[in-house]
Amino acid sequence: MESNGHAISCHDVQKHYGEGETRIDALRGVDFDARFGELSFLVGPSGCGKTTLLCVIAGLLDRTGGDLTVLGQSLDGLADRDRVLFRRKNLGFVFQQYNLLPALTAAENVAVPLLAAEVPRKEALDRAKALLSRLGLEKRVQALPSKLSGGQQQRVALARALVHEPRIVVCDEPTAALDHATGEAVMELLASNAVQPDRAVVVVTHDSRVFHHAHSIARMDDGKIVDVTRPNGSVVEGVGEVDSFQKEAAL
Amino acid sequence: MNFVALRMLTGDRAKYFGLVFAIAFCTFLLENQTSIFANILRRTASQILDVTDAEVWIMDPKTEYWDQTKALKDTDLTRVRGVAGVGWAVRLFKGNPVARTSTGKFAASFLIGLDDATLAGAPRQMQMGSWERLREPDSVVIDKAGYVLLFPKEPLRLDRTLEMNDHMVRIVGISDASPPFASLPVMHTRYSEAVGFVGRERTQLSFLIAQPAAGVTPKELTARIEKQTGLRARTTREFMWDCVRYYLRNTGIPVNFGITIGVALVVGTVVAGQTFYLFTVDNLKQFGALKAIGVTNLRLTGMILLQAFSVGALGFAIGTGMAASFFELTLHKLATRHIVLMWQCVGITGAAIFFVVIVASVLSIRRVLVLEPAAVFQG
Repeated sequence: MESNGHAISCHDVQKHYGEGETRIDALRGVDFDARFGELSFLVGPSGCGKTTLLCVIAGLLDRTGGDLTVLGQSLDGLADRDRVLFRRKNLGFVFQQYNLLPALTAAENVAVPLLAAEVPRKEALDRAKALLSRLGLEKRVQALPSKLSGGQQQRVALARALVHEPRIVVCDEPTAALDHATGEAVMELLASNAVQPDRAVVVVTHDSRVFHHAHSIARMDDGKIVDVTRPNGSVVEGVGEVDSFQKEAAL
Repeated sequence: MNFVALRMLTGDRAKYFGLVFAIAFCTFLLENQTSIFANILRRTASQILDVTDAEVWIMDPKTEYWDQTKALKDTDLTRVRGVAGVGWAVRLFKGNPVARTSTGKFAASFLIGLDDATLAGAPRQMQMGSWERLREPDSVVIDKAGYVLLFPKEPLRLDRTLEMNDHMVRIVGISDASPPFASLPVMHTRYSEAVGFVGRERTQLSFLIAQPAAGVTPKELTARIEKQTGLRARTTREFMWDCVRYYLRNTGIPVNFGITIGVALVVGTVVAGQTFYLFTVDNLKQFGALKAIGVTNLRLTGMILLQAFSVGALGFAIGTGMAASFFELTLHKLATRHIVLMWQCVGITGAAIFFVVIVASVLSIRRVLVLEPAAVFQG
């Protein structure tokens, strides 16, 4: 079903907002693949279209052109409700600002995707607590988000993204609000818990300090993928500017 | 997800309590004002409703309400009794003599003259004494509020005397007659005594009250009486509404209360509705996250409705409790006696609150449904 080991496959994906003089081209023909078992980074300056691409991949935004398959399936023909159900089953999200529900405890926040999928409350909470324990938060399962540090909140958000065992995890600037040490710890947890042979992880970031966790780094600029590098430094796609990424990763 | 919805609702205590109390005070104001309004209007027909023996009232064709009477001819009683379907019919006198105590304190009052033989038409609640003692000469039964008005700060006591149109009358009972609109003492005596206590006019028969025979409805009987005698005949309920409508048409009461109720409705509903709407708007980020995670629009709609109806029901219950407590406190005061929280007012207020909750929910749901889940990625 999923061709060539690709969880996500984008070809010439375009997205624009508005029409005429107010038209803004956010994506100008993006070619991007994310493989199973890999941590794929999307990097680039602010406004280059990273988050837009992430939203298109996650089915949160409709593209205006090109081809996109997620887990071998095009989302084009899906009704809104089916698209939501597809997302609920197959995708996990980690947001920059965590977006935890402030009235719910850590365990309850983690249990939300399971509750949305009609899993009984007790079972959902048990699974949430077990996952939080794996992420080192066993003593904080009853804490409200306001009582957690930034790193702890992002770990709760990570647990929420993983608890329903999605095939794809998308992370939007997961370390942007964290200091270096905490961001590094979160990325290590992400790498060790999210990366599975049957799962793909896409991370949007411009935090170069965590680039070394990536299996591939796709650099975007002005709505396009400029190049894609892999850990050995080989340029998979695009030309030039590889050195700058390697320098950034080294930093 | 229901518990998630409720936890979102109660999580922000300040907003939650603000919302609950906005609805509670709106409920309290509406129930309070509508009940007082309805009860005051009901007072315009208190003496009609106090007559529980008879279901039909007969009066001059031009009579519009209780206080406006033109005496019937004495022969009208016989004519009415002759109408088929009349079980019985008796006279009822209504006058407004001035009653004076031995200390000189006086008050205009309602004097109601009951049929000498049957005492039909008397309210049956007594604080002290007995209706039967009205058979004694020069005797009256006075309502408690009237007694307190004429004998302030004195204990209730029978056999005290009043002077009425140069007649010395004796109080043989203290009743719990419903308070009239004008807050005058309400006195009952026999018909033959009443016409003597009031200045003599050529005719003095204010009303006839009648009861239909078995198998005849009050409505049928009123139609027959009107057709046969040319007099105006109304059922008790119709006559009560005649009085209410008269006061609605001819006094400033509905305007004054209408303004208060309108302000309460607008302020209460706007505050409650806007607070709930703002609550949803403040939580849009959370709803966006839920949408992104995969919570369907249908489920989100259910969550918002649950939140709205939970807070609406709680606020309404608290407000109704406050209104009930208010009326319980004022029920036993003489000036506000018999003013109660009417179930109809609770129902109307409930409908208003329900409407507010629906409107606020629809507006909130609309905001959430049009929310792009992608917005949650925007910082």
